[in-house]
Amino acid sequence: LQVEQVKLLDRFSTSNKSLTGTLYLTATHLLFIDSSQRETWILHHHIAAVEKLPLTTSGCPLVIQCKNFRIVHFVVPRERDCHDIYNSLLQLSRTAKYEELYAFSYNPKQNESEQVKGWQLIDLAEEYKRMGVPNANWQLSDANRDYKICETYPRELYVPRTASKPIIVGSSKFRSKGRFPVLSYYHKNKEAAICRCSQPLSGFSARCLEDEHMLQAISKANPSNRYMYVMDTRPKLNAMANRAAGKGYENEDNYSNIRFQFVGIENIHVMRSSLQKLLEVSGTKGLSVNDFLSGLENSGWLRHIKAVLDAAVFLVKAIAVESASVLVHCSDGWDRTSQVCSLGALLLDSYYRTIKGFMVLIEKDWISFGHKFSDRCCQLDGDPKEISPVFTQFLESVWNLTEQFPQAFEYNEAFLLQIHEHVHSCQFGNFLGNCQKEREELKLKEKTYSLWPFLLNEQKKYQNPLYNPDFSPELTLLEPNTVSFNFKFWRNMYHQFDRSMHPRQSVFNLIMNMSEQNKQLEEDIKELEAKIRQRNGQSDAVLVKEHQQSAHPAPRALKTSPCFKKEQPLIPVPDAVRTIEGSNTADNRYSEFVAELSKAEPAVVSLEYGVARMTC
Amino acid sequence: MEFAELIKTPRADNVVLHRPFYLAVEGTLCLTGHHLIFSSRRQDNAEELWLLHSNIDSIEKRFVGSLGTIVIKCKDLRIIQLDIPGMEECLNIASSIEALSTLDSVTLMYPFFYRPMFEIVEDGWRSFLPDQEFELLSSVTDEWRLSCINKEFSVCPSYPPVVIVPKSIDDEALRKVAMFRHGSRFPVLSYYHKKNGMVMMRSSQPLTGTNGRRCKEDERLINATLRPGKRGYIIDTRSLNVAQQARAKGGGFEQEVHYPQWRRIHKCIERFNILQESLIKLVEACNDQSHNMDRWLSKLEASNWLTHIKEILTAACLAAQCIDREGASVLVHGTEGTDSTLQVTSLAQIILDPRCRTIRGFESLVVREWLQAGHPFQQRCAQSAYSNSKQKWEAPVFLLFLDCVWQILRQFPCSFEFNEQFLIMLFEHAYASQFGTFLGNNENERAKLKLLQKTMSLWSWVNRSEELSKFQNPLFEANSLVIWPSVAPQSLQLWEGVFLRWNRPSKFLDEAHEEMINIIKYNKELQAKVNALRRQLAEMETDDRMQENL
Repeated sequence: LQVEQVKLLDRFSTSNKSLTGTLYLTATHLLFIDSSQRETWILHHHIAAVEKLPLTTSGCPLVIQCKNFRIVHFVVPRERDCHDIYNSLLQLSRTAKYEELYAFSYNPKQNESEQVKGWQLIDLAEEYKRMGVPNANWQLSDANRDYKICETYPRELYVPRTASKPIIVGSSKFRSKGRFPVLSYYHKNKEAAICRCSQPLSGFSARCLEDEHMLQAISKANPSNRYMYVMDTRPKLNAMANRAAGKGYENEDNYSNIRFQFVGIENIHVMRSSLQKLLEVSGTKGLSVNDFLSGLENSGWLRHIKAVLDAAVFLVKAIAVESASVLVHCSDGWDRTSQVCSLGALLLDSYYRTIKGFMVLIEKDWISFGHKFSDRCCQLDGDPKEISPVFTQFLESVWNLTEQFPQAFEYNEAFLLQIHEHVHSCQFGNFLGNCQKEREELKLKEKTYSLWPFLLNEQKKYQNPLYNPDFSPELTLLEPNTVSFNFKFWRNMYHQFDRSMHPRQSVFNLIMNMSEQNKQLEEDIKELEAKIRQRNGQSDAVLVKEHQQSAHPAPRALKTSPCFKKEQPLIPVPDAVRTIEGSNTADNRYSEFVAELSKAEPAVVSLEYGVARMTC
Repeated sequence: MEFAELIKTPRADNVVLHRPFYLAVEGTLCLTGHHLIFSSRRQDNAEELWLLHSNIDSIEKRFVGSLGTIVIKCKDLRIIQLDIPGMEECLNIASSIEALSTLDSVTLMYPFFYRPMFEIVEDGWRSFLPDQEFELLSSVTDEWRLSCINKEFSVCPSYPPVVIVPKSIDDEALRKVAMFRHGSRFPVLSYYHKKNGMVMMRSSQPLTGTNGRRCKEDERLINATLRPGKRGYIIDTRSLNVAQQARAKGGGFEQEVHYPQWRRIHKCIERFNILQESLIKLVEACNDQSHNMDRWLSKLEASNWLTHIKEILTAACLAAQCIDREGASVLVHGTEGTDSTLQVTSLAQIILDPRCRTIRGFESLVVREWLQAGHPFQQRCAQSAYSNSKQKWEAPVFLLFLDCVWQILRQFPCSFEFNEQFLIMLFEHAYASQFGTFLGNNENERAKLKLLQKTMSLWSWVNRSEELSKFQNPLFEANSLVIWPSVAPQSLQLWEGVFLRWNRPSKFLDEAHEEMINIIKYNKELQAKVNALRRQLAEMETDDRMQENL
């Protein structure tokens, strides 16, 4: 399908500024090429919603909202074309079967052994070994080897050695969806563990001896502190309401040595509508500062991010300060529990702040433990009430940490954004499906590719140039400040594609290029020194002297010096660094303020200007 | 008056100093005429805190038994607490600080007593003279002249002795125009845009009153800046409503009938106590760590600070847009032309003129558009966010300007020769300083105070290489373009370097900044080395060739 003379409107312009071009639909992407040959690609899987607006004089408006927060506003000249595009997009963006997802047709030109190796890149057994399990207190359990006890857990689970199979089975029957307490992270030095599970089926008074034993086994597996924390990540009211449905929370009287704590993170439905409100505000045209701030407040979004991080800080304190083990759960133990466990581990262990470590963390606490990526990200056409930005919140919490500790992370913001992109793209197999069992049934490892080797391959893009691996060496622990003013609106996520809103020069990219260039320069120096040595064949002492003499050459004079004519340009100047993008008044819409004011005075000339790209 | 009379207890021992994010320190407190000095007695890590009395915004005292506590809130927004044993000592010290920090007479201020401990390389009082500025201008255009009409400050008390006006308007006409403008602030040249010869002028409101008075000379003056057949824009920093109300008090705005070649645009930039309250609310919000997210956001919103930032920036962008894109000349004024007018004209220049983004150029801008232009620093900066006295004259007009500059700096981090520290330094010195630069409300007062003879200029200190290095932006690469900042709310940020400076530990951010600077330094070293080696190699090659030729 191909439609010409389509207009792409500026999302924030009130004066209908637009680019004209041609719109194409391919099997996987929507493509728009404007008159200056700039291409806009949109993956069908990224489309969250398509909306046809009422017909206008210039044509039929079509608004496409994407899961990566891109919003494009097309105007199609003929209504019939618009209708065709609309219908096609509806079909293309709503997939009924996994096998129709992009990952099953995506072919990155890898051979089979590369594909297999790619999937082996992240090895969770290796990861548990790195943490220090199995050991005297913790062992690998084969109870779920055939997914018989819990379908949404992985096959391999680590449990206290003293937890026998009957205890595991009994406990799992007393937990929602069979998700009994298992090890998520083991802190070697403190000998304390982060464990995770779902809510107990306690109702108003039910007890389960095996479950009580299970918790006791966890607390006994920690020789440093017999007390353990049980963190219910839900608001107390929600947990109490669950009791009426035969679920609920642990009664402190029935379990020995536990300290029970609610931490009040809201459920997936609250989070979904919170994000919806946030996007409504940030997408408003001609937004005032106060409408933005009050919209931000009313959306509750930053409050939720803070709640998640506060919960992680609570967990980390229990382990780092009291050496106590912590059992974390919410309702089913795959949303809030994943957030809190993974953020807790990230704060405790610097390994997860490396590029590879972060992949491992996501594989472990999100993918293997059954965060329902398919449902939450709406990979297949399904129940809209299952959609929720739980994983996005996790990434945003990590971003907040990288802002507070700019040197503690090997990866940068682009890495987080890229992961977010691919969680929704369905281009790689990693995030397809809702649990490991489902992934095995889909034969993802044979039929699709893993994202991680591709990210590792281009890891230069994702490296933080300020990263210091020895950051606070004596304690790898991060202690974030969670005072409200530390939480900021994540503009680079929610306005990733609205270029006019971003700084026109990026310090970060500049430093990244520079630190990349430094490596190249180091190489050049070695090479040049070798050449000189070779030419000289003389004593090094002379060489050193000459170096000192020419420590501060005048580069400009050099260019004109005749002996340099045959030389290559001195230093490759990183052009990208100097580019000032989109620096023009029209992008910034100051003039719209004039338009508003001059309504009473129609003679006022319009200050609108065409796009004049300026680069230096 | 002797300071000694005010200092009943010049020294107290066993005083404990509390600051956020630092351990409490015990030491000795001394009061001098201009400073509060605290020194810890610890041998291993002697620490001294010097605080100018003029930096103190307010103090509170309370007692628990005989232990007194003084909380000192400073104009730079820092808060410290001193525990002083002995009720009498504490009361004495508190009353001394109160008296010394609220001296009535300017000539008792520290700048009149300060003796610099550094060698003066360049006298800052002579660094930015109007003649030099005019010389630059006359090299590109001859349509303007330097008028000495205000030599004895006889025409306009808040203008400098010399101003730049259109050549075709003589002093006699200027006198008439001065009668027609509020505070006699007749239109003068603020900025000449070399690229297209368009200009920005500034003035105060015309005194049209309710019966629509007009002044032919005024019309002639501003029309003299227009090219034949071209329009100009008058940017009135008040809303139309406010401007209309001003007529009742004798003020007003330019009527279309009398200024047919001009289009008037009204912007709404707030003034005086509204801004002061905004600052007070913002600082209050930032200082309370216990706020939950909703409360923090609603307090930030209620402060309106970022709204003011957006309004000011938008007006400045608009002025710049008229000049650069529309190819039109602009006249900016509000009521007095000493506050919002200067915010707009100075920010527009930062957007338009690369020179204003250098350290020297920015200093010159502050001198021209703020000090010489008669922004009443002494009135506006008498008190900061902790003041209890609600005087009408205090307003963070200059701080808002600096914040706007910071916003642009953040969006164009490589286009400025100076860094954030430079802006923070100017903020501090505008409110409390050992230098005379920001004393007085205009050049007239400064001349009467003989600041030039009796005090040191801030620029004499700043423009020494030792100091300059602290304020240089390592990322600076001259950018000759006009820089258009985004004014979307999503693009504006709270200036953490000022408002959260004392409210959070900055160790990790500082270290990261240091690392960034190291990478840049290392890059320069490596480049120099590669160049040196290449040259060496090339020389060897030519030597070889010459030998071959021989």
